[in-house]
Amino acid sequence: MNEFVRPSDLDRPNSYIGRSVPRPNIRKLVEGRGRYVDDITLPRMLNVAFVRSPHAHARIVSIDGAAAKAMPGVIRVLTGKDLAEICDPWVAVLAHLKGMKSAPQHAIAVEKACWQGEAVVAVVATSRAIAEDALAHVHVDYEPLPAVLDMETAMDAKTPIIHPELGDNLTFQREHVQGDVEAAFTASYKVVEATFHTGRHTGVCLEPRSILADFNRADGQLTVYHSTQAPHMMQGVLAKHLRLNEGDVRVICGDVGGSFGIKVHVYPDEVAACAIAKLLGRPVKFIADRFESMTTDIHARDHRITGRMGVDKDGRITAMDIDDRTGIGPYSVYPRTSAIEGNQVVNLCGGPYDFANYRAKTTVVLQNKTPTCQYRAVGHPIATAVTEGLMDLAAEAAGLDPVEIRRRNFMKDGTYPRVSPSGMKFEGLSHEACLEKLLDLMDYPALRAEQAELRKQGIHRGIGIASFIELTNPSPFMYGIGGARISAQDGCTVRMDPDGSIVAMSGVTEQGQGTEAILAQIVAEGVGVSMDRVKIITGDTQVTPYGGGTWASRGAGIGGEAALQAAIELKRNILGVAGAMLQADPQSLDIAMGEITDKATGQSRMPLAELGRIVYFRGDTLPKDLSRELMVTKHYITKEYPFAFTNGIQASWLEVDTDTGMVTLLKHWCVEDCGRIINPMLVDEQVRGGVVQGIGGALYEHCIYDDQGQLTTTSLADYMVPMAAEMPDIIVGHVETPTKESLLGAKGAGEAGTAGAPAVIMNAINDALSPFKARVAAMPFTPMRILEALGKV
Amino acid sequence: MSAALTRRYVDVALTVNSEPVSRRVEPRMHLIDFLRTELGLTGSHAGCEHGVCGACTVRVNGQIMRGCLVLAAQLDGAVVETVEGLSDTGEIRDLQEAFVAHNAAQCGFCTPGMLIAAADLCMHQPDASRVAIREHISGNYCRCTGYQAIVDAVETTLTGRRGSLS
Repeated sequence: MNEFVRPSDLDRPNSYIGRSVPRPNIRKLVEGRGRYVDDITLPRMLNVAFVRSPHAHARIVSIDGAAAKAMPGVIRVLTGKDLAEICDPWVAVLAHLKGMKSAPQHAIAVEKACWQGEAVVAVVATSRAIAEDALAHVHVDYEPLPAVLDMETAMDAKTPIIHPELGDNLTFQREHVQGDVEAAFTASYKVVEATFHTGRHTGVCLEPRSILADFNRADGQLTVYHSTQAPHMMQGVLAKHLRLNEGDVRVICGDVGGSFGIKVHVYPDEVAACAIAKLLGRPVKFIADRFESMTTDIHARDHRITGRMGVDKDGRITAMDIDDRTGIGPYSVYPRTSAIEGNQVVNLCGGPYDFANYRAKTTVVLQNKTPTCQYRAVGHPIATAVTEGLMDLAAEAAGLDPVEIRRRNFMKDGTYPRVSPSGMKFEGLSHEACLEKLLDLMDYPALRAEQAELRKQGIHRGIGIASFIELTNPSPFMYGIGGARISAQDGCTVRMDPDGSIVAMSGVTEQGQGTEAILAQIVAEGVGVSMDRVKIITGDTQVTPYGGGTWASRGAGIGGEAALQAAIELKRNILGVAGAMLQADPQSLDIAMGEITDKATGQSRMPLAELGRIVYFRGDTLPKDLSRELMVTKHYITKEYPFAFTNGIQASWLEVDTDTGMVTLLKHWCVEDCGRIINPMLVDEQVRGGVVQGIGGALYEHCIYDDQGQLTTTSLADYMVPMAAEMPDIIVGHVETPTKESLLGAKGAGEAGTAGAPAVIMNAINDALSPFKARVAAMPFTPMRILEALGKV
Repeated sequence: MSAALTRRYVDVALTVNSEPVSRRVEPRMHLIDFLRTELGLTGSHAGCEHGVCGACTVRVNGQIMRGCLVLAAQLDGAVVETVEGLSDTGEIRDLQEAFVAHNAAQCGFCTPGMLIAAADLCMHQPDASRVAIREHISGNYCRCTGYQAIVDAVETTLTGRRGSLS
């Protein structure tokens, strides 16, 4: 594959690519010696807390902060108007999302509060407790306004317009048409139709959003310790809106306590903390509490989707028609925008299947609820649930087994590259191989037999199947072409130190996925050293190469390839020096486990430490014109395909108690194809964690608003997340179709679990309920909704 | 809370990770804040501050407790152990090794609380089944792993300890 690295060859020394090795950075986490933002205390540090709007929609009539300001320990009380003088607002639109519009958003609300929880006043004090005490003494006079809550009526003539300057409550609409859908439906043997709801939910990172900003007036530098997925993006955003040069903003991202897409967005209160630090010239910390997390972390997946699918007599899909509607809150979220999720639904529906006629429309409207934006597997769980829900309906209508209808409709393995009816380009997928592997793992016929037997005893178990595609390794086609300063390219610097230690600095970041582990594996193998001699540095904009960070499952495929290329180049440079020192042809030399070796015999010629000693301390002994660059930087960006699509399939085996509506998850399977697997254990764990997050959305998690726009699920006692006792064991299998775009061949693996899980849970519940002719299609599938479907309540 | 109330303080003397500490604290200060801000023991984390998520789980007088539901002022004379202390003594070394081997921690924020909850199970239910393990750690939320690796790690630890006893 390459003279330096053959990723599939596990028999070589220091061959780490493809091995399940533990993460080097996990040990500090299991000893409680990580460093999250809230673990950092700086001299003269202040804390900020926010008065937050108790109304979904209200005019801010007046603010009186005098009593709060007079309290001991309170340093400053600041309003939206105060901050607007030092911090410029933003409008979150992307040029390639034609016609998209949104209103300017400030760090703190200026004229109006547009959702319950929006920051209205900042109180800065010597401790968070004192700041919170003072919040109670800030008097805000509100004039409540009618709240826009229902996405279905958001564009009705009698519905108030949230931002009158926009003209209406529509932020984005797109329709994609391929072929002749109506003619295809007319000619179909059967046409099925259903309306699905995916419940509004959120990420619940166990570490709340956290930021600590410090501005040094003497050198004009803003240093921000931030729990984020995209340090360079934040550097650019903070520089732009706080009127600084990018070089004067340093974003440092240490340990991050979960992110899942939640921490890749610009949050007004975090920008406010930075603006206040700049204003006061002192460190300012903001750590969201759980109420703030539930009301101001982005929400996601608040969609209603009506779908139709036609099939011919053989069960082959003739056409699909999708009408998606989503409510995104009062502002599109900066800078990725809140239209991407709906856009993804249009792009991804029907993804695994070979059919000709496709029409899909998304309508993205504003409402007075918490803003929504990209959360793990953006749009995929919605598109997969709709597609696979329709597939099961079509199977029933055509009299086919759910497995058989999928087998008949898949894009065939070995027929790539190809383009989907939605216009997505696929380099190479493996739906058929994944299905066969899944059926083996789960012993499908035996499970069907067991199901039939148990039904006779009044035990109602269901099997759900769902295929999916997953978008990974995004190119600038995701954000950059729309004008967002979000890097699709990433870089890695690899350096050899005098004793042969290797340091690699990467623009991708770690939030627990194992980014640093796979980078260490790649660099160790690429250079030719033991993994414990490699130190990985991420998350510091002043240190690492510029990059996009970790989102859209890009860390391994983009950051990993940059690391591999840099490691290979460093190896080449080292061998050049070694050749001169040993008076040998560099081509005849290799590096293995930190030793320069003779390539033909494997015999050790010299330790790297000796080469390091000569280069760094006795460079006088080397030929004058010899290059001795022991630090190399390489960047990587995908060029052939806008995205590296992956694919997979999941299955669920569960039991529904038809008296209580309770669902018991018995077993779960996922077979996925993320291309080259760098660390099988870490990929499996990404899949398992992702599956459980998807199960959360399917069964438990729901941001519920009352008719005044008050969020009623603001604590973890009210908002359910999956717990250990309710979760099944998850069997994970793999098919490997490496991308040919890179030497490494890795695609992303972080979202496959979440993409497919809600769909399989839905299909399994409906399979269990099939003797009762009952169906559910509104997530989360609570006991009450299941009993309603059964006509029991 | 009124300013007058916050000015009243309580003196406490307790043992934290085998070291005697004494402080004058506000009555409202929770144990988790006391550990993190007064003692600099940042290994225990505040996740929800209302007793649900378990990230602040520590050991008080041998019992596992939520650091966000206990007031420091209640702990005069108490013995408190955190993940830092249990790491230094080596008491949970095998459990930590199993967490590393199974990748039972991703972001690591829940991990210290999870380890202390799991150590409690290992101590009191040496024959716990997978179901019992899942039940026991259900008071500790993890958003990253999906729990299976944690269950595997605890199971491995229990098996190892039974093996070393026999």
